[in-house]
Amino acid sequence: MTIMIDTGNYIAAKAAVMARPAVVPAYPITPQTTLVEGIANYVKTGEFKGEYICVESEHSAMCACIGASAAGVRTFTGTSSHGLLLMHEMLHWAALARLPIVMCNINRTVGPGWNIWPDENDSISQRDTGWIQFYCSSNQEIFDTVIQAFKLAENEKVLLPVMINYNAFILSHTSMPVEIPKQKEIDDFLSKYKPRWKLDVDNPITFGNIILPADYEKIRKDMQNSSENAKKLIPEIAKEWKKIFGRYHGDLIEKYRCDGAEYILLAMGAIGAESKVAIDNLRKEGLKVGLARVRTFRPFPKEEILKLGKQADLIVIDRNISVGSEGALFSEVKAALYDKSDAKVYGFIAGLGGKDVPYTDIEKICKKSINGKAKDCEWYNLEGV
Amino acid sequence: MAIKDLPDTECVIPGSAACPGCPATLGLRLVFKALGKNSIMVVPACCTAVIESLYPNTSFDIPVMNIAFEAAAAGASGVEAALRQQGKGDTTVVAWAGDGGTYDIGIQALSGALERNTNFIYICYNNQIYSNTGIQRSGATPYAAWTTTTVGGKTEFRKEMGEIIQAHHIPYVAQACVAYPEDLYKKVKKAKSMKGPKYIEILAPCPPGWRFGMEKTVEMGTLAVETGAWALYEYENDKMSFNGKSKLILEGKIKRKPVEEWIKYQGRFGHLFKPEKDVKRIKEIEDHIYQMWERYRSCYL
Repeated sequence: MTIMIDTGNYIAAKAAVMARPAVVPAYPITPQTTLVEGIANYVKTGEFKGEYICVESEHSAMCACIGASAAGVRTFTGTSSHGLLLMHEMLHWAALARLPIVMCNINRTVGPGWNIWPDENDSISQRDTGWIQFYCSSNQEIFDTVIQAFKLAENEKVLLPVMINYNAFILSHTSMPVEIPKQKEIDDFLSKYKPRWKLDVDNPITFGNIILPADYEKIRKDMQNSSENAKKLIPEIAKEWKKIFGRYHGDLIEKYRCDGAEYILLAMGAIGAESKVAIDNLRKEGLKVGLARVRTFRPFPKEEILKLGKQADLIVIDRNISVGSEGALFSEVKAALYDKSDAKVYGFIAGLGGKDVPYTDIEKICKKSINGKAKDCEWYNLEGV
Repeated sequence: MAIKDLPDTECVIPGSAACPGCPATLGLRLVFKALGKNSIMVVPACCTAVIESLYPNTSFDIPVMNIAFEAAAAGASGVEAALRQQGKGDTTVVAWAGDGGTYDIGIQALSGALERNTNFIYICYNNQIYSNTGIQRSGATPYAAWTTTTVGGKTEFRKEMGEIIQAHHIPYVAQACVAYPEDLYKKVKKAKSMKGPKYIEILAPCPPGWRFGMEKTVEMGTLAVETGAWALYEYENDKMSFNGKSKLILEGKIKRKPVEEWIKYQGRFGHLFKPEKDVKRIKEIEDHIYQMWERYRSCYL
């Protein structure tokens, strides 16, 4: 093991290359650029021996991933914001085609106006594409999740693509020390990708031709079943990783100081990490508050959230807004509790367009909820609207 | 070479859902006689996605990957890279797309794949319309042709896709037509023997789309060439050569037939003949073809 001090993007590039994908098609977009530049550098050094395809758009990046994955090889790419939105059609395609593509998405605000700061509306609006979605809160978690994602996606009980989300700049461009295992250890953890079906001239199959409603519905149900399988596998893979490498970031959620908590804060991504500082401070003040950092938005950890809802009232911070409704996590948390828990749920929208969400604000959000002063889906600290 | 000398290889197997007289099926049979079974085909949304037949059946005896409308060239790029990574670089990757998926929605991905020097063959079977969706106008639809979205006849001329592709300076660009099977076969064979991106466009007269009888597919292709509305050519390493009757037309050895001889059989141009003859628009079509050949002569003769 070595320690690498680098930004989230360069750490993701390192992880991707160590997973030994055969094909990486990519298109640059701020703030993902240093991720693909990192991979391009590994082409130059010879550490990446696969094919790096500089495509002419994100749409083509995902199409080339689909082609390569269907032809039987491990495939990786990265994007952000408008790039992810341009891929949207092909995200559905990749998932329905059951191709275990792994992709990093650097959560960035959607325009107009142009804004490159963090916000999760890009990936939240891909919620229904069939991709598994992780949200990371540190560079170490990015590294570990990229490797684990291949193992998860390629499992025959899953065969769904995985999107690893992390916040623009807060993680993508911030250096942190990260433990990097030896290549041999990664190779042992990730066995070679051997698809049961692929484009093969010795076994000619037509993939994706016209399908009638009854068969199509079965395919959709199978995706749902596989997503449920992923719920079981994510903790298993996390435990295996912990056993080998000693690191653990949680299962579908990461619980922090939830013992005896009467209020539990739910958040994703970098706000989830910042919240730990807030929780420590609130605990010092004697307030019984814990944190459940949601790591996977798909599959949604509804069973775990229901357990939390039976223990405590819940406070949800969303760095996204489903316009016309409310924060996406807030909606889903309430749905998970419906008819099964009497917990109060407080929703806050915070940090859109990259507005900073420091631990001091998170403390205020928690106190406002504890004091019974929170409104239903409140826009925290919004001025002049 | 005569038609009877073409290989027996058949990649289009019984069970196809094509219309009677379908030029795409004809083209597919000829293309895979030339390519053989060590081939993988990438198909975007187009008539061929229907011709393939219904899941879980197929009418192709080669691996086929369907992909979204604008995505054939990019999908093929991924397949090609993956095959090479697995030491299977000898397998031919062919993208097979219609004119809508090539001239219009797929042009960006196609241009990108050509610029990246992707080792594949891109074949556009051009029936000059979105036929799969029910005969709508495309960038390949000729001037004055009726479609369901150009009800009084198209008011613009088609674009010259072949020349757009030539501007990429790839090893091989060719125009062919299903009415000339030996010429098409030879062109596909030649493309298969070359490394890098190859582009072949096949004129594919569509009976329901062009509104002619299903027995006239080949005749409509022959007349397209004889009237000069379509040219058979090869553009190999930046050198242009015309083939067959197109070569004779270019060199002035035979005279082009008037375009009226081609369009009068097609219901899509019916409004140019009934209730009365639209002499002005027929002349505009003829003049446009004349100008195309003048350009060809000034550049390539």
